[in-house]
Amino acid sequence: MPPRTRSAKAASSSPSTARPGAPGLDLAALLTDPGTRIVVCCGAGGVGKTTTAAALGLWAAEHGRRVVVLTIDPARRLAQSLGLTELDNTPRPVAGGGGGTGGSDGSLDAMMLDMKRTFDEVVEQHATPEKAAQILANPFYQAVSSSFAGTQEYMAMEKLGQLRAEAGRSGRWDLIVVDTPPSRSALDFLDAPKRLGSFLDGRFIRLLSAPAKAGGRAGFKVFSVGVNVVTSTLSRVLGGQLLQDVQTFVAALDTMFGGFRERADQTYALLKAPETAFVVVAAPERDALREASFFAGRLDEEGMPLAGLVVNRIQRVAAPSLTAARALAAAEQLADAETRSTTAATTQGLLRLHAALAETADRQERLAARFTAGHPGIPVVEVPASAQDIHDLAGLREVAAALTTPTPT
Amino acid sequence: MPEAPDLSKVRLHVVTGKGGTGKTTVAAALALALTRQGKRVLLAEVEDRQGISQTFDVPPLGHTETRILHDRSGGQLWAISVDAKDSLREYLQKFYKVGKAMTVLDRFGAVDFATTIAPGVRDVLLIGKVYEAAGRRSGKGPAAPTYDAVVLDAPPTGRVVRFLNVNAEVADVAKVGPIRSQADSITRMLRSHTTAVHVVTLLEEMPVQETVDALAELRRTDLPLGAIVVNQLRDPLLTDKALSSVRRSRNARLANGVAADLATVGVKVTDGLVAGLLADAGHHADRIALEREQDAILAEEGRLTVRLPLLAEGTEGGGITVLAQALTEQGMV
Repeated sequence: MPPRTRSAKAASSSPSTARPGAPGLDLAALLTDPGTRIVVCCGAGGVGKTTTAAALGLWAAEHGRRVVVLTIDPARRLAQSLGLTELDNTPRPVAGGGGGTGGSDGSLDAMMLDMKRTFDEVVEQHATPEKAAQILANPFYQAVSSSFAGTQEYMAMEKLGQLRAEAGRSGRWDLIVVDTPPSRSALDFLDAPKRLGSFLDGRFIRLLSAPAKAGGRAGFKVFSVGVNVVTSTLSRVLGGQLLQDVQTFVAALDTMFGGFRERADQTYALLKAPETAFVVVAAPERDALREASFFAGRLDEEGMPLAGLVVNRIQRVAAPSLTAARALAAAEQLADAETRSTTAATTQGLLRLHAALAETADRQERLAARFTAGHPGIPVVEVPASAQDIHDLAGLREVAAALTTPTPT
Repeated sequence: MPEAPDLSKVRLHVVTGKGGTGKTTVAAALALALTRQGKRVLLAEVEDRQGISQTFDVPPLGHTETRILHDRSGGQLWAISVDAKDSLREYLQKFYKVGKAMTVLDRFGAVDFATTIAPGVRDVLLIGKVYEAAGRRSGKGPAAPTYDAVVLDAPPTGRVVRFLNVNAEVADVAKVGPIRSQADSITRMLRSHTTAVHVVTLLEEMPVQETVDALAELRRTDLPLGAIVVNQLRDPLLTDKALSSVRRSRNARLANGVAADLATVGVKVTDGLVAGLLADAGHHADRIALEREQDAILAEEGRLTVRLPLLAEGTEGGGITVLAQALTEQGMV
């Protein structure tokens, strides 16, 4: 299947592109398209995913969309700027973030994911009150719901599903922007939900819950020796008590069997839907771009709609006509000059700084070009490095302005 | 007065940092610096990112310890990408002689359960392998350790304390049993003076905030702190006086002076050129001011702070060597 690039149509109507071979990513067109209902921001750690998600959400709200931004682990000051002072797992309006221009009715809500509470809610929703109480009190459940490395990914996707359902039901939102968890790898949030879902629904957990029954069933007959090996080895290694907790947990969970995998499958389908767009965020560095490259490949494989790549914090020079080499040579000449003006030292510094910035810009450009060469069809937009860190709505608006302006040649 | 931890006794260096700060690069540079002292060093990664093989430009690493470098000093650098499943197999074989049970366990999904689902078990397996390598003795005499030092490219700051605090993690689910006793021995080593946890940061708000939070969390869990490594520092290209003059919004006299200076060395001067140079310098000055604020926040931690330069060409072409040298010169190893 060829990669589905949502903004291909918009991009072709926009004459300015990032560089030869890479169409410009037109996020303004993507965000104002009423057909876009979900935007997923993903990428390696430390590239500015959360900031990008928040900036896209703010821009869309100020252009008439009713937006909810789901953040996973925002930096403290960014969270404060969105009014996320308490982690209560509920979307709250962002003060100063709503109210579209030109009489439109945009609005911005934001929330921070509480994975344990989200998990608890799933249990409460799908089990009888009695069973739910049993599950919530189980030590193994408590450990899985608060510390398992994939729970955050699973619950982020669960929350996305819930928000989408509520948006469909109540019409409170028409656009969900979601940030992805800071995982071991950017791909984890695609894999972890399936892993947890298939574990909770799988053969192994049924085996634990009722080893005798499973062993007696026709399909398991061949493995009856295996069953004993498994349970005895596990109990030797993990300790009998853990196994017992798991068994109690699984028994209590019995009413929910089927539900987990089904929900994981539903979320998967949602991610593949034409209303969804993935935005891959990268820093102009080798490792982050490599991760972005893996991600683009994976989305393609899964048939998931990739809108394009955001190259964040790119170095720009304000005087591009002067090359790095010429600037350095001029600085040397000034240093060697016999008569020195009062500003000579400063001018030398300016020239050396310019040379350093221009070299950085060149190197980043080469790295970005390498990405484009590997993925010629993927639209790209570049966001210039900011002198200050972003932690208020004004800063987010600046980032949003850069994100929604196709990169000039 | 910064505490000067005695890093010469450290045998396990744990390197963490916020994503994007270059912790893998710093771990690699630290391992290289130790190797150049004639030591036999193991560099380990636990998140299957292949960061080590990419940094040293060697074929992808697996769960087998592989020699990737031999130094003239006689030092050797070995590397491994620790795999949870392989660690489980080794563990089962070593303690229960049931390595072969893996096939059956795998078929029933029990391996997945232990390595990805059961809380804490994955971390115990991964760090258990590092613990085993650090404590292994072989070769020249029974007392000689296999490795003089082990450098661990650990998970990022957000997850590192949970990763290292295996005891607490496992205690939630296993109060007794072999996994628990394994976790206990690992914790003893991690909390001893032969371990140091180094935190890599950039002079930016978010990484510094995470560094401060991580140090506090490490202290609370009794994990021994090592150095703070400030990575990717730019050379000071402008004097303080120049920085403050370019930060003033309109400085016509400076602009005229710069234009005159440029003309004397034959640079074609346009208004745009001078304004551009001054605008970039203004942003640079803002950035430097911000970096100094962040530097002051780190200084309050009172730790040994090591500074590494920004490598214009990245880690390619000998960049790691430059960083290794800087770490040695600044007394980290």
